Order: sequence, then C-alpha cells, then structure tokens
Amino acid sequence: MTGQPYRREGATGTTLRFRFDGRDYEGLEGDTLASALLANGVRAVASSIKLGRPRGVYAAGCEEPNALVQIEEPFPEPMLTATTVELYDGLVAVGLPGQGRLADRPDPARYDAVHAHCDVLVVGAGPAGIAAAGVAARAGARVILADERPEPGGSLLGTTETLDGGPGREWAAGEVAALAALPEVRVLRRTTVLGHYDDNYVIAVERRTNHLGAAAPAHVARERVWRIRAKRVVLATGGHERFVAFAGNDLPGVMLAGAARTYVNHHRVLPGRRAVVFTTNDSAYAAALDLADAGVEIAAVVDVRRAPGETWAARCAERGVELLTGHVVAAAEGEGEVSSVRVAPREGGRAREIPADLLLVSGGWTPVVHLFSQAGGTLRYDEALGAFTPGETRQAVEAAGFARGVRTLRECLEDGARAGRCALAAAGFPLPAGDGASGTSLPAAEEEPAAAPAEHLWLVEADDYSAHFVDLQRDVTVADVLRAVGAGLSSVEHVKRYTTAGTAHDQGKTSGLLTSGVVAHALGVDVAQLGTTTFRAPYTPVSFAALAGRDRGPLHDPVRVTSMHEWHVARGALFENVGQWKRPWYYPRPGEDMEAAVLRECAAVRRNVGAMDASTLGKIDVIGPDAPVFLDRLYTNMMSTLKVGSIRYGVMCRADGMVFDDGTVIRLADDHYLVTTTTGNAAAVLDWMEEWLQTEWPDLRVHCTSVTEQWATVALAGPRSREVLAGLAPGLAVDNDSFPFMTWRDAEVAGIPARVCRISFSGELAYEINVSSWYGLALWEAVMASGEVTPYGTETMHVLRAEKGYPIVGQDTDGTVTPQDLGMEWIVSKKKADFVGKRSFSRPDTSRPDRKHLVGLLPEDPGVLLPEGAHLVATSELPEPPVPTLGFVTSSYRSAALGRTFALALVSGGRERIGERLYAPVGADLVPVTVTSHVLYDPEGARRDG
Amino acid sequence: MADSTAAERRSPAAAYAARFEAASAGGGLRLAEIPFLTRVNLRVDPKSPAAERIGTAIGVPLPVEPGTVAGGGGLEALWLGPDEWLLVGPDGAAPGLVARLTEAAGGEHVSVVDVSAQRTTLVVAGERARDVLAHGCALDLHPRVFGPGRCAQTMLARAGVVLVADEDGFRVLVRSSFAGYVAEWLLDASVEYVAG
Repeated sequence: MTGQPYRREGATGTTLRFRFDGRDYEGLEGDTLASALLANGVRAVASSIKLGRPRGVYAAGCEEPNALVQIEEPFPEPMLTATTVELYDGLVAVGLPGQGRLADRPDPARYDAVHAHCDVLVVGAGPAGIAAAGVAARAGARVILADERPEPGGSLLGTTETLDGGPGREWAAGEVAALAALPEVRVLRRTTVLGHYDDNYVIAVERRTNHLGAAAPAHVARERVWRIRAKRVVLATGGHERFVAFAGNDLPGVMLAGAARTYVNHHRVLPGRRAVVFTTNDSAYAAALDLADAGVEIAAVVDVRRAPGETWAARCAERGVELLTGHVVAAAEGEGEVSSVRVAPREGGRAREIPADLLLVSGGWTPVVHLFSQAGGTLRYDEALGAFTPGETRQAVEAAGFARGVRTLRECLEDGARAGRCALAAAGFPLPAGDGASGTSLPAAEEEPAAAPAEHLWLVEADDYSAHFVDLQRDVTVADVLRAVGAGLSSVEHVKRYTTAGTAHDQGKTSGLLTSGVVAHALGVDVAQLGTTTFRAPYTPVSFAALAGRDRGPLHDPVRVTSMHEWHVARGALFENVGQWKRPWYYPRPGEDMEAAVLRECAAVRRNVGAMDASTLGKIDVIGPDAPVFLDRLYTNMMSTLKVGSIRYGVMCRADGMVFDDGTVIRLADDHYLVTTTTGNAAAVLDWMEEWLQTEWPDLRVHCTSVTEQWATVALAGPRSREVLAGLAPGLAVDNDSFPFMTWRDAEVAGIPARVCRISFSGELAYEINVSSWYGLALWEAVMASGEVTPYGTETMHVLRAEKGYPIVGQDTDGTVTPQDLGMEWIVSKKKADFVGKRSFSRPDTSRPDRKHLVGLLPEDPGVLLPEGAHLVATSELPEPPVPTLGFVTSSYRSAALGRTFALALVSGGRERIGERLYAPVGADLVPVTVTSHVLYDPEGARRDG
Repeated sequence: MADSTAAERRSPAAAYAARFEAASAGGGLRLAEIPFLTRVNLRVDPKSPAAERIGTAIGVPLPVEPGTVAGGGGLEALWLGPDEWLLVGPDGAAPGLVARLTEAAGGEHVSVVDVSAQRTTLVVAGERARDVLAHGCALDLHPRVFGPGRCAQTMLARAGVVLVADEDGFRVLVRSSFAGYVAEWLLDASVEYVAG
C-alpha cells in the first residue's frame, strides 16, 4: 500500500496497475480513476480550457466539472470524467485541457441497442428508487430499475448511514439483488438515463464492458442503448451538491464536501491530510466528521450561518473541531494547489490564514430535475432548499426522494414507497394488501439531527471577481457574469450564451443554479423569479459509437437482392445501388473496363440477344370492378380500353401535371390489372394509389396488393430473342402474329409456369419472362444455358433506352417535367373527363414555349462524352456572370449502335432548337454540341418485331 | 401437395441454412427458415356475405380483432388490416386455396392474390428469441402483450415484417429481397446469446 499514500488503512481488493500522464500507478478494484489518482496524491488532473489553470477532482460522479481525461489504451476515448471511469488493469489515460481528440482508427468494439417496455421505470437506485421499485416489483409489475453507478445505493454509497442496523449500502445491495431475482424485474447498472421524451419514451445508455478494459469479451456489446417505453416513470435521481463562488475556488484541493465523504467512505481514500470545511448548510458537517474519523485533520468548519444545527455544533466540539460561524472563505490560496485558506468574518473584520491542503465546499444541494424538466415538467423554487424542484407535469411521472426535495433518509425511503404505490395504481395494478400510510415494510433508518435552515450564499463578495469561478469547465467567473449583466443581459438563457456558462460536457450540473444565483445577485432580483436555463438531453455525454450501434457497415441500410443475385455475384458483376436494391451494373470480362464491357453488352443486344435481371421493377396487382376507372384516373392515358391479354405503357403525373412514374399496365382480366413501376418508386406508387383510394375515391371498389417480390423477371432482348424463347418454351407460339407486340401469354418457360410479356425497353424485339421468385435463379440459369445469351446490366439498359429516347423517371425528369416536355404529347388523353394532373395542363405555365424539352445532343467531336449535369449555353464564349443557362444534360453515353457519344438533355424550347449548335461548359472548355431529336436510333421502330 | 414443377426452387434464405443451424446449436435460440409456404393475400369487407362464405370455405373464420391469428396447423388467417388478411398454409396449397377463395367470393368484390413467394418465413424461437428481436423491434413482445395468437406488421431493424407469436417463439415473415439483410441482422443480433 506504500504506493498509494492517501489510501486509508485496511482498504482491501485486487491491485490494479494504470498509467496517468505518463506515470505508472496502482489502484484498487472498485476505484474510479479519480479515486485512484487521489489515493496516489495526484491533485492536478487536468487544466482548464481557456485559462490553462490546473484543475483537480471536484466531485465524485457524473457532475464532475474538472477532471476531464482521455483514455489512450486499450482504445482511445476522449472527454471522459475521471470520476466515472472505473479503474481496470492496464488503463492508460491523460488529463485534458478541456478538449479531447477522436480515435484515428475504427472502434473495434461492438455496440448495440434494445427496445424495452415496462409498467414502471425507476431512474436511480438510491434509497427512494429502491423503495419505489420494491413496491412496484413485489406487486408483480414489470419494473426496470436503472442506475448510473456500478452498484446500487446512490447516496448510501458515500455515507455511513445505517438501515436496519447495518450499513446502508449493504441493505441496498441485498434489496436490489432480491428485486433482480423477480421474473419481471430488470436491474440496469452502469446505465445512465439520458433523455426523457413524450409518452414516457426514455433513452438510456448502459456501459456494459467499458470497466473490463482489454479483458472485455469481443462478442458482448460494450455499450447498449436502451429505448424504453414505460407506463409510469419514477424519477429518483437524487441531488448534486453545488459550490460557492470565492477567489481560487478552482484550485486543486478544493472539493465538494459530499464528494470527499464518498472518497473517504466508499473508496477508502483520503482526499487530503488537513481540511477546512466551508458550508452554507448542515450537510457538510457529516462529511467533516466522517473525514475526521478517517484521520483527516479538520482545521476548521467555516459556516456562513450564525446558527448552525446545535447537534452538529456539539459533535464538532466533541471532536475538538473549530467551528467558525458567520464566517466565509475569502480565498483558497496556493501554488498549483491549495496550501492555505483565507477565512474572514462575513460582516467584515480580520481575515485569518489557515494552512490546509483540502478545502471542502458545500453551497447546498440541487435536486436533479433534468429528466423531469426534459419531459416537459415545470419547476418551482423551494425556498428552504434554495433550489428548483419538480412542479407540474403532463407526463405519467413521479419524482421521488431528494429529486423532489425530500431531505432525510427515512423520508426518502417513505417517499420512494409512495411514488411506487402511485405508479403501481396508475399502471393499473392493485395496491399491495395492508397498504397504509407507511406502505410496505421499509428498513429502519437512524434518527437524524434536527435540521437548521440553510442560507443561500452564491458568492463571497470581493473587489476582484476574476478568480471567483462559476463554471469551472468553461472558465467562467463572476467577473464574466457581471460583464454580461453589465452589457444589459437580464435572462439566464442570454447570460449562458454570452458567457458559455453551463455549456460544457457537464451541462452545468454543479454550476447552473450558481450561475442563476450570481445573475440574480447582480441584478438584485430573486432566483425564484429569474429561473434556470433549459434542461436538454443528453443528461451526460454519449458516444457516437453507442448511438450508431449496429447500424454500421453491412447493416447500416438493408441491401435488397433478387432471386438471381448469387449468379450475378459469381459472374463478377459490378453492382449499382438503386434505392436499397443491388442491381447488376455490368459484367466485365477479364481485361475489360466499364466502357468496353458496356459497348460489348450493347452490341450483343442490338445484334444478337441479351438478358437482364429485371426483377426489381415494382409490381402491383390492382383488382376490383372499378379498377379500370381507377387506373384511368391515375394514368394520363386510357387504361379501361386495354384488352385482356394486352399491355400498355402508361405515365402517372402528380396533381401538378409533372411526371411521377411510368411503367407498363397488363390486363389480366376485366377486373384485374398488373401494373409495373420504376424500381425506386414501387412503394411510393402503392402509397399514391392507397392515398387516392382511401381519401378521395373511397367509393371505388379496388384493392391494390404489392407483388414486387412474388415475381422474378428476366428481360430477354435482341433480334434473336424470339429464337431463344422458342427454345425455352416449346409450347408457346412465338411468331409475330400469334404473340404480337404489347401482349402477354401464360406459358411454361424452362419447365416453369411463367407469364411472358412482349414489351421492349430497348427498341429491339424483346420479352419479359415472369416466374415465381422461387424459380428466378432456375429461369436465369436456363436462359443462360440456352446458348449465346449475353447477360447485361443496368448501364447497358440505360444506353439502349437512351438511344431510343425513352426517359428514365428520376434521371431525365426531376419533378418539374410534364409528359409533353418529354415529347410524349400522345400519352396525355384528350378524351378522358379527368385524371390526376389534367387540370394542370391548362395552366399557362405548362404550355410556355420556353419550357425545357427532352432532346438529344450530339457532341461535334464524336469521341467527347459530356458529363451528366453539364449545363448548356448558346454562345461559344461564356458571357459575364450570371450566365444564362438553357438547360442541362440528363443522360450521356457512348453508343455502340451509333458509333459515337450522345446525350439526352432538358433544353429550354428544345424541340424548336433541333439542328442548332449549343455549347456545354466542361472545365475550361466550351464543348460544341448539336441539338437533335431525342430518338436517335431506329426512329421508325422497325426493330421491335425482330 | 409439393410443387410439381421440374425446375429447382430456391428459397430466399437458403444460403443461411448452415449459419442458422450453427447459431441454434446452443439451445437458447433457434433460427431457421421455413421455405415455400403458401401465402395468399385476401382483401374483403369483413361484414360482407363473401367474408362469411370464405370463412366457412377455408374452415377458418377471418379474425376481426386487430393483430390476431385464427386457425392453426393446416391453415392460418393473419389479420393485417380491417379488410386484409394473409392466409398461410403448407407448401403447394396455393392453387387449391386460391380456387376455394375465388369460388367462395362468388363474384363479390374480393381480391385474392397468391403472394407465396413475396415473403419467406424465418423462425426465431427459444428462450432468447424475445431478447434477439428486442434489438430491432419496437413492439412490446412480452407474453402478457404479444403472446401466441398475436401478429403484427412492424419493423425489424430496417425491414418491414409480419411478426407472428407462437408457443415457443416467433415467426418473422420477411419480403424475399430483404431476407438476406434480416438473416444477417438476426445472426449478428444473436452473437451475444449463442457465443461462449
């Protein structure tokens, strides 16, 4: 134990080795990094962000404003508080000057998230929380008890209070273990509730293996986000001690009194050898006496009050501790750490220097109302407490224990039980039998001395306020606050933004109310009127890794694949993402780049035969006696006249007349159509149909059912496709008269029941063969086994359709393009009484002559490939900005059939410009292009019948 | 009646059979695909005579309580919406079921669509099943709330699924194109419950 000079005698546990700021130390199992550093006499742990002042451990929990550290090993993690880092063997850390740095390598640990539901969520496993959870759990309710520390007990961990005659922490451990054994109870340790949202949706983060260091098992999630829905929430969140603004209140060696008590009792560490205690209330006396019992010399207790509690005064006298009532600490002094404390009578008079290496401060206790406030609860000022406590709430929430200002241990236990009963009743459970004023059996607490009123002192008045710190982490002093108030700011919210007080990692847990107090003091108003700043989630910092969880890498977003996907992968296809789908992009042969592969695939389709996996197209069965009327209203063209057995291409517009989607419509029966959508719009089109059916036309008897993945589809295209199909479907008459363009037939293809559609997206003779997706792979393999069918991907499909001037919705359109703009006047019915978008075609805007039309572009140099998105101008030299643009390139490819490059573009008044020369600024050059019709290949349609 | 087509069928999660089996070895969790089940989507007004005739014809009254399942063993009707059910039966039952439904519809406005291959069925069973699903399903799957006989259309991770509660676990009906994603997700979610 010689290595830990400030460790109390008799402390036991496994020795752990760690390194801090380059030096090796030893600590004990159960230590935090902060307690281990204190045990080794390390006072200055970090330095302040703005002023670079040395800073030591100030608190013993998540409210720590000073001791920011960065873990270096086993894995770099920035901006942690030394008071919440559990010590493990091999820990390497450094102190931070207010800012850390992110790891330069991916975090190898696993993080996950889980949804949970309960009748009662209890936040905080202190006396009130355990009592509340006990009542609810024993009545059979589903209970979650969450606590941020490694062990339950809350305030009991830092004190020497007894329950039922034994140490309070032992009662807590035993009771929580008993609750955890109940089948419907879940106890979450090391779990911080970060956010409390509407309808009792609560987010918590559980730190599951952080405390194991390098020994953490890789398959166990390091941190887990809990997404909890609770019928009722009990907030037993306890309190945070606050300090007082006086000169040098940031020196290492200045510490919150309750924190020192925790270090002495819980961690068996002496935070100093000789202490002065500065307090505004009774609570610091217990700390002083516990420290005295542990061997710390208490040089003086400085109480701002004239009349402290009599019992406490007597106990000080018993131990020979000097009590200075009506006094304040004017300054903590020392080089780099406290070596003496200047004490003065409050009303003025001679100051006195008291040598000390430790100065304990208690400016009173602030209930932790963060979650209550986040959940929409109001706060009210408690005059006796000098702090804000929960007021009204619209949520199903109870605050319990000190979180609502209840003081003594016995009262907190009783209040917890009360909250548990309220929650239980509200969640619909019968109250336990024998329920009376005292409720279930609670452990017996010791009698506590009668409380003397606290005095609410925010700052010790002085001439110079430049070292009276209000927010230690942000280096905000009383002088800064006075400057803000002097500049005319009178709201704490404004002062917060002006000074940055309360905006650090700790979100002002110890400083928030103090800031309000100092502002109120400066303005000469009451804190009760001034209020506090807003509490927002997260309660404590949370790592991005935890929030990302498993939604990273391959699981970041679903990858949708077709039934033929394995074949494409095996053949080395490259894939294009289309929405969440992976579609084969092209199939390079050895030595081929994309350009060569696509030219080869295009040539194969135009001259021979190719096959593409077209399974991703959206497919919707539209069934009902009113299906013809319904589709007439949704498509711009007529679908009711389509004959059973035939197919028609259709375009849908939004009400604004702009193209929304396109596809084919197949009539299977009088009351049964199958419509196809673009791959990316499948869900949107179904939603669109449902929206019209459910909101505008509920009288139509139509049902829509998605069958996108019921069917696998192989597109067979090229002059030899008929021959290939004939070979695969010997029972199908494939000649042009028996099976004409835009019709469908049921047939067996490769022995599989199939629906074959004669449609073409390339201008070539082509078929789409649809089978149950269970047989998709078998069909594809049969097609490939049939002979010289070239598999082709989406890039070739894009080139082929562009050569024919077929637009791709979403590529050649952008929601501002009408069918007429696309050169498809013919698809907009003049006969139908109405259809979605019709009225918009009578708006002057949709017939402006300068609307952008879809046209073709031929670069004058047939080898130049225009970038998609390139703009078009009329002049061969760029004019001064702003440059008037005539339009832009939407699709651009190399064409095997044309033996050159070409593009599609949306060009203002484009159809009137055919034959004109325009220029595309590309880098420093202006590339001359000739405007042409958008149909560049086989404009007569001579190839579609083979 | 098994399918008589000569060509070979392949179920959407067929590639995961071995990994599912390995993950099920510990006993706390069972992952498996049930391939090729019959699924028929039925839309009909529950108050219509057709709905009653259909219930009689298939031997399973269509459940009208939201999120419940009727039938069992041979044929189940899963409530998907106020006028929508998913009928689930054994492999090969689709043609006969469609015919019975169409006949029972009797020309009324009823839609019957064979969607057998639209989804596949993944079993997530065993005592850790609820833990695994809780990683990606926001619904309360506690037996007090979502016990056997309940079903729901919900999200599992980022995929829409139909979830059915059974005596010893759950069935996840997932769209075929999402089957690989959900299988990978389930295997990854199970790591903590099957390792060591």
